Amino acid sequence: MLHNLRQLFRHRALIQSLVTRELKARYRGSVLGFFWSFINPLLLLAVYSFVFTVVLPGTHPREIEPYALFLFCGILPWTWFSSSLTEAANSLMAGGNLIKKVLFPAEILPIVAVLANMMHFFFGLPILVLFLLYFRPTITFVEMLWFPVVVAVQLLLTMGLALILAALTVHFRDIKDLLSNLLTLWFFATPIIYPMHIALPGISKSVLNANPFTHLAVSYQEILFYDGPLGHWRWLLALAGASALLFLFGYFLFDRLRDSFAEEV
Amino acid sequence: MSRLAIHAQHVSKIYRRFAHKRQFATLKSAILTGSLVRDLRPEETFRALDDVSFDVEAGRTYGIVGRNGSGKSTMLKCIAGITKPTTGTVTVSGRISALIELGAGFHPEISGRENVFINGIMLGLSKAEIERRFDDIVDFADLAPFIDAPVKTYSSGMYMRLGFAVAVNVDPDVLLVDEVLAVGDEGFAHKCLDKFAEFRRRGKTILLVTHSLGLVERFCDEALWLDKGRVRAVGDPKRVVDAYVTEVEESEEAHLAAQDARARELAEQRPQVSVSAAPGDAARDGGQAVAAPVVDVPADMFQVGAGRWGSRDVEITRVDLIGPDGTPSHVFHAGESLTITLALEARAPVKDFVFGLGLFNADGVCIYGTNTNIEEMSSQEFSGSGEVGFVMDDLALTEGTYKLDVAVHKLDGFPYDYHRQLYTFRVKSRVKDVGFFRPKHSWTFSPSIRLTRLDGPEGWRPHMPDDAPRR
Repeated sequence: MLHNLRQLFRHRALIQSLVTRELKARYRGSVLGFFWSFINPLLLLAVYSFVFTVVLPGTHPREIEPYALFLFCGILPWTWFSSSLTEAANSLMAGGNLIKKVLFPAEILPIVAVLANMMHFFFGLPILVLFLLYFRPTITFVEMLWFPVVVAVQLLLTMGLALILAALTVHFRDIKDLLSNLLTLWFFATPIIYPMHIALPGISKSVLNANPFTHLAVSYQEILFYDGPLGHWRWLLALAGASALLFLFGYFLFDRLRDSFAEEV
Repeated sequence: MSRLAIHAQHVSKIYRRFAHKRQFATLKSAILTGSLVRDLRPEETFRALDDVSFDVEAGRTYGIVGRNGSGKSTMLKCIAGITKPTTGTVTVSGRISALIELGAGFHPEISGRENVFINGIMLGLSKAEIERRFDDIVDFADLAPFIDAPVKTYSSGMYMRLGFAVAVNVDPDVLLVDEVLAVGDEGFAHKCLDKFAEFRRRGKTILLVTHSLGLVERFCDEALWLDKGRVRAVGDPKRVVDAYVTEVEESEEAHLAAQDARARELAEQRPQVSVSAAPGDAARDGGQAVAAPVVDVPADMFQVGAGRWGSRDVEITRVDLIGPDGTPSHVFHAGESLTITLALEARAPVKDFVFGLGLFNADGVCIYGTNTNIEEMSSQEFSGSGEVGFVMDDLALTEGTYKLDVAVHKLDGFPYDYHRQLYTFRVKSRVKDVGFFRPKHSWTFSPSIRLTRLDGPEGWRPHMPDDAPRR
């Protein structure tokens, strides 16, 4: 397994070119092309803002202003997370040709899915920066130092889950359909459209705390939306440790099932 | 002894038969034991390779032949490392490039240029190496004007050519080729063969899985015959291919025999075509090669399918096709002798009888027909049982499947026993000439025209008869 992990590092050129290919191929043929990377998060934001300020006004607490910025802090990383998992779960089937016909390290496929979506996340960041410059010119540099840490933790968590999902979906195609619904539920069970500290009648704090994405979302919000230092760092570091374990477990599982892919895909 | 490029030891590969029920069991055993099939019962598995061992020395060209489903491609995948053998080991020294499916990693939306780079990296080249070879690759694929267009706009031939060009430019030590010479047009096929010849000259190892036996014979140093996952023969390619061809013929023989038996059975079951006494006016001239039966159905006898009819006053009890070795068979070689014998039984002594015979190709077109009347023999008497032989010293037919009519009838065409296309035989030929009929022939050339025979070890070149279009 360690040997394979080292191999993975050796394949970085391949990973890099596959990620580039993913990005290039995605918007090939569309009029706006690469701009969709910026427009997509904006449109998503517009939809949620419309829902929560026009259709269902007053569902979020008064002090969460500007609400659009608050939403953006959570939705942007969530989009990365959920589309990574959806694509990763399908990645081995979609790349079946590679696994069956070419000597190809299969784990690259889910990893590329996660990294390509991370790039889309990065492309959405300039929009976020514009928002910040407009709404929160007071943001401090020290706070921003935490940002890459949160991104790294999210990357680790997403990769771990992506490996597990990719390997299991080969054996159980049902996961693909289950996953999209599960992700919708997960989205609403995470403090993204509502803040962590409001009392929810139906869902207890401990449930929210058990949800790993809660700590990522709250960290993003504390860094980007709220004033003051990051109060959530203990949770964040604990999540980092758990994510590292999850990644190792995911890689182990993937490695174990590796030989079955060429046959089951 | 020289260095081994491929060393396969007791390789077995067991696949799981497809079943939904045991999905969990498979997953569990995969996770716990690392094996997909260990916990499965024998009837749930399929043995694709069974204890296959062989060695390929570096620099040799090695051919694997066998029928569909004999495990050739599985073996190749085990060597390439795409799948692992269930038991046994395969060791390969040096960089492998597998031409298993060309352009497998291409992404349709991006340009040929970008795909070349990504495909090259997948096959183990660095960016700099690809840049250096890029022009060669594009030249080889003959795609310079289209290299910046998305691959989805390519024709399948262009796609394959680009895939092939990248794969051979990886500069592998061991090249695995799985029946890919079928891609591209004639010109490209020759280019590929030339590329292989170049690999050979440079001392690279080539493993070739193919159904083109001529290629194995001419091109390989050694050959392996796989049959149902087991090694049947290994060694000199000519001998291995001969053994393989012989067996294929034997099984074709069994297949044809079964097919004929079925046709005859059907003909027996079919209600007898009414045999009217009205004398026919056919069979008097050579235009109707075999005398037409006097029946009300077949207006054009060449349109009638397989069947049997006649009064059976004289009955054909048995038909044998006998090759040069004197035993009945269904597979013959062009240029060798073929004797058709009819065993006959007359219920009562007859004075008026004609024996006839017709040869048809697989489409039912009559290619030859004759009878004893046409050949100016007049019947005297036949009683009891007897035998008639039709002897061809030199079977002047091209490769293909043929059907046979045999008949015994009165001079006026009234059928005693007519067997319509109830016998099938196959003609094999080393020369792949086309058509049905091979006239006895030779070539002459004036001194200013020089040709050589293509059967030396390096005599493996374009425009062999093997490349002629097949029917």
